[in-house]
Amino acid sequence: MKRWWIWMIAGLLPLQALALSGEEVMKKSQAAFLYPGKDFKARVVMKLINKDGQERVRELTMLRKNVGEAGGEQKYFMYFFQPADVKDMTFMTYKYPAKDDDRWMFIPAVNMVKRIAAQDKRSSFVGSDFTYEDVSGRDLEDDTHAVEREEKIGNRDCIVVKSTPKGTDADFGSKLTWVDKENFLPLKEEQYDRKGARYKLFTADEMADIQSIPTVVKRSMKNLQTGHRTEVAYLKTGYNLGIEDSLFSERFLRQPPRKWVD
Amino acid sequence: MSRTTTLCAVLLLAPLAARAEVTLSGFLQQNTAFNTVAANPDGRHYKWLEERAQLKLDATGGAWRLLAKGDVAYDHLGRQDQSELREGYVDYTASNWDLRVGRQIITWGLGDLVFVNDVFPMDIEALFAGRPLDYLKRGVDAVKLGAYPEFANFELVLSPDFRESRIPDAKRFHLYDPMPAVANRETIKPGQGDAGLRIYRDVAGYDAALYLYRGYQRTPSMRADSMTAPTKISYFYPQLSTYGASVSGRAGEGVLSLEAAYYDSRQDRSGSDFTVPNSRTRLLAGYQIQPAEDLTLGFQYFAEAMHDHGAYLATLPAGFPVEERWNHTVTARLTQFYRHQTLRLSAYASYNATTGDYFVNPELRYSFTDKLWGAVGANFFGGKPSGQFGQLSSDDNVYLQVRFNF
Repeated sequence: MKRWWIWMIAGLLPLQALALSGEEVMKKSQAAFLYPGKDFKARVVMKLINKDGQERVRELTMLRKNVGEAGGEQKYFMYFFQPADVKDMTFMTYKYPAKDDDRWMFIPAVNMVKRIAAQDKRSSFVGSDFTYEDVSGRDLEDDTHAVEREEKIGNRDCIVVKSTPKGTDADFGSKLTWVDKENFLPLKEEQYDRKGARYKLFTADEMADIQSIPTVVKRSMKNLQTGHRTEVAYLKTGYNLGIEDSLFSERFLRQPPRKWVD
Repeated sequence: MSRTTTLCAVLLLAPLAARAEVTLSGFLQQNTAFNTVAANPDGRHYKWLEERAQLKLDATGGAWRLLAKGDVAYDHLGRQDQSELREGYVDYTASNWDLRVGRQIITWGLGDLVFVNDVFPMDIEALFAGRPLDYLKRGVDAVKLGAYPEFANFELVLSPDFRESRIPDAKRFHLYDPMPAVANRETIKPGQGDAGLRIYRDVAGYDAALYLYRGYQRTPSMRADSMTAPTKISYFYPQLSTYGASVSGRAGEGVLSLEAAYYDSRQDRSGSDFTVPNSRTRLLAGYQIQPAEDLTLGFQYFAEAMHDHGAYLATLPAGFPVEERWNHTVTARLTQFYRHQTLRLSAYASYNATTGDYFVNPELRYSFTDKLWGAVGANFFGGKPSGQFGQLSSDDNVYLQVRFNF
């Protein structure tokens, strides 16, 4: 019983989790959601569904590589399979914390790599209900974060964090994020517009342990004001695959290597 | 050449075919462009009227890849030769070098319908006749070697046969002709090929590139057998070398592109042969921003300076249109997406402040489904009667494109 103090600390742990600030919760959440592994690969199938149920499919391979620690710089490489008119198009992003991303696109029709303007991170990603920020992360410094309460989603205990943009350039006025207390994945997010009306709803619909890393493999984003929604499934997922730094280059934008884009 | 290349490709890949991953795809397309101002010089009312099918074969096995893209087309305006191999090449990829052999599309430089270092063949007629963007470039039959050592990337293009740009057909477009009475005309193509080298790398967060080319002008010059009593006109492609550079990167809220090139007119270095374009310098500055969601704006300023302008003026016969020493052009492009990026409005406008020439191309494109899209657009031209766009002022047209992908 000499180690009685360990048990006492263990007993205090839930209190410690509760004591995390909104900022810290969101930081852990971003690390768990967008930064796990040194690198990551997924075949992404997006279904864009309008309020009448009409579907359009966007299918791509997404490769991500972390340059440094969680919250730091990342590189993204995307190769499009569908729709047919963008097949073989590739897209590359160098994402920097607290500074605008660099983006490049390869347009197969004219065989040209083009740098593209990237200042509006709240733009729709390939026409879906997800924005670029929803795909690759929003700078935590752009919002203030406050823990609102604790609440269960299904049988998972969550911390609910309210984030409010510091500036006025965001398309939302505030958002609530339900962060799983155990693995820090966001299970639900409600966005409100600037008038305070419900705007968008994100839900993590299916989880899986990929190489023992908890991963959201199905997610959806619904625009509650238009009824349009986007369902995303991650297939063929893998972490720590040893994606080379050289992949994120003009050479491979033009000729994406088959071993990475299957 | 292309046939040989394809044959070589097939033979090379035969042993790999068994374990290659093969995909077949393609499209069916209808493309119509009708005149809005005047009939064509041949009396027809359409700039373009055709049905087209494209089949694309893409096979990968290990470090090898074969791509073949072929078109079969039926032209309602009487052209027989519309079917073609658009691209057909074999790739071999090693860790720090690669090779592409066959017919391939190569695009250099940063311009948006302004060409500074892009010395590879284009289909200018396709652009003016309302054809889809994929037809703006023509493939070259070439060997392209890529080398990627640590310090820079190299792309060497060697082409044994010269391939010209396609210029608008005089039966369909009202082209300026200084000697309309001479009917006997011939075209002389260079008997040799050409070579280009592009070197590129990142420099402090900017994409920097150098371009070198030795070959020929892609658009022909014309020369008469006699200036006083011409009986025959020869079209030819003057020797040309270009030396250029470009840089692009983030600047403020958008992307800034700068590009320059020196065109060394090897066949007329003194500038005293008025039938051959003089040496010139081309400069381009472009800026692109995204001021709102799904809205992109692009602006370009393009300047061209003719060298040895005095020698040109001194030898230019009376009655021929005079080209200024400097030409200044501005362009603007707006692209706006609607309806979850299934509807796209784009508008491009180019204005040459020196000659008053302009080209305006608005277009609306809608994806009815993931497989079917259609576009409606227009081409408007105007300016000096001998100018690049001015001569086409009665060739304004409205076009339709419908494509079904499979």
